[in-house]
Amino acid sequence: MAVAATTQDGARPARAGRRPSVPGWVGTVPFFAYVGVFLLLPTGIVIWDSLRNTTGGWYLTSVSQLASPQVRGYFIGSVKLCLISSAGGAALGAILAYAVASGNPDGAVRRLYISASGVLAQFGGVTLAFAFLVLIGPIGLLLHASWYFDFPWGISLIYAYFQIPLMVLVFMPAIDGLKVQWREASENLGASTWQYWRYVGAPLLTPAFLGATLLLFANALSAFATIQAWENQIAYIVPQQISTSLSSEVGLANVNYADVLALGMVIMVAIVMTGYALLQRRAARWLR
Amino acid sequence: MAAVTSLGETSLAAPAVVSRGMQARRRRRLNLFRYLTFLIFGLFFLLPLLAMVRFSLEGSKLGTWSLSGWRQIVSYQGVGIPPLASAVEITLELAVITSVVVLALLVPTMIWVRLRVQWLARTLEFVCLLPLTIPAIVLAVGLFPVYNRIEHYSISALMLFWAYVILALPYAYRALAAGLNAMDVTTLSEAARGLGASWFTVIVRVIAPNMWQAILNALLLTSALVLGEFTLAYFLSFYNLQFELYSISRNTANATVIFSTSAASLMFAFVLLLILSYVGRRRRGRG
Repeated sequence: MAVAATTQDGARPARAGRRPSVPGWVGTVPFFAYVGVFLLLPTGIVIWDSLRNTTGGWYLTSVSQLASPQVRGYFIGSVKLCLISSAGGAALGAILAYAVASGNPDGAVRRLYISASGVLAQFGGVTLAFAFLVLIGPIGLLLHASWYFDFPWGISLIYAYFQIPLMVLVFMPAIDGLKVQWREASENLGASTWQYWRYVGAPLLTPAFLGATLLLFANALSAFATIQAWENQIAYIVPQQISTSLSSEVGLANVNYADVLALGMVIMVAIVMTGYALLQRRAARWLR
Repeated sequence: MAAVTSLGETSLAAPAVVSRGMQARRRRRLNLFRYLTFLIFGLFFLLPLLAMVRFSLEGSKLGTWSLSGWRQIVSYQGVGIPPLASAVEITLELAVITSVVVLALLVPTMIWVRLRVQWLARTLEFVCLLPLTIPAIVLAVGLFPVYNRIEHYSISALMLFWAYVILALPYAYRALAAGLNAMDVTTLSEAARGLGASWFTVIVRVIAPNMWQAILNALLLTSALVLGEFTLAYFLSFYNLQFELYSISRNTANATVIFSTSAASLMFAFVLLLILSYVGRRRRGRG
């Protein structure tokens, strides 16, 4: 303790003496400058522009578009799709995560599933829509599902393809955090499997599960590639409507309208992610 | 004393037998559940991929087999869009450039913050994870006017890397943070500084070589992300791989080449991530 204190005290003045100096934060300037220009500036532009109307005045008329029934329809579409795909993905993903986690922690099965989940959770691109198109679409090899182009069920099934792996990735640590001793303790006290899950497992995992579900919700909310490749004629969800308004075929890209929709998305994601952060903090109590 | 021990032993021994019996039954049931789960999910995840591969081998007539879809990857030329090969090339170049810039930006900054400006650590983490919460589409809307303006000078699709670096930040940050946490940065740097090393030497020749696996992780994750990116390319109308495939499918709905290219890109990403998982395992084994 004393030794550490002296070396520290001894080292400081020597260093400071050699180079009377630039403050340390200067070293981080390139990074923060980059992020400022390419992340904060674009986001700022969106928020700034959505609060102004087309003539440049400070009116909330632009924002009030959010309340129009048409726009509300897109947001309802987004929420529907996100709710179904995140609830379904979370439930199924949790089952799969448990099946994987209860095996050998260093085994091949687990490594395969984890790395496959890593790929498939990112596999939300247009390729995913292609894969399902040839499986169950109009030209499907397995079946020609009549509901393939139904919103939200058809697309929700496709979304499950990347939501389930994401759930496996984010929920696995929580399941790994369940200690064997708790299971043994409850068994020694005579608890059945059902009782263990009802009174020990479920209460422990609930915050992590809800948090992961919210993460899946946010993930589905910002997904765009898959649904655009699935159906690009009809806009069901907000990102599609943003796309339509920016690439208007008449040549009149309504940037202001896109800004307002984007602002709506930012608000939604902010709410969801705040909930996620809170639940995550609650869940962290049991992890190690 | 003896009585207490023997009492303790019997009371311990009896439930142990019961619980071993219970455990065996539970094991069997658990294994049944596991294999059933793996089977069902395995089918769900494999069937679309198999269908895609099968379709990529489709001949000119339905139901026949042919390799033409795979051969077309290098030669396909859609109407009114750049050739497929150029989109593939640009995407690979983007992956390399983006990874290099992410690492050049993030590695020194993270080490520097860890060593000298601890009070910025939380801010750095927050900023790096921010792109997870700002949808790419919002970024696209914000960058739309900027890129629209510079498009007048006909700038190549490689310019997408500016925005891709932002999208890759959270993944790269997490990988690198894991590497930094696994070693004693302070001791290493104090030792090096004590021997007269400059800060540059400390970062480039002492700390960075000690976290090369984390750096490799960050590199692979960034590449995988760039290979699959669609939203920004679509909005800013730059033909990367995904936008190219999308455009081909708009023109010719069932061109076999889109399925062969998709399958190829997916396999490529899978190999990248498999390498990653093996690298991660070796590190754990050594530590």
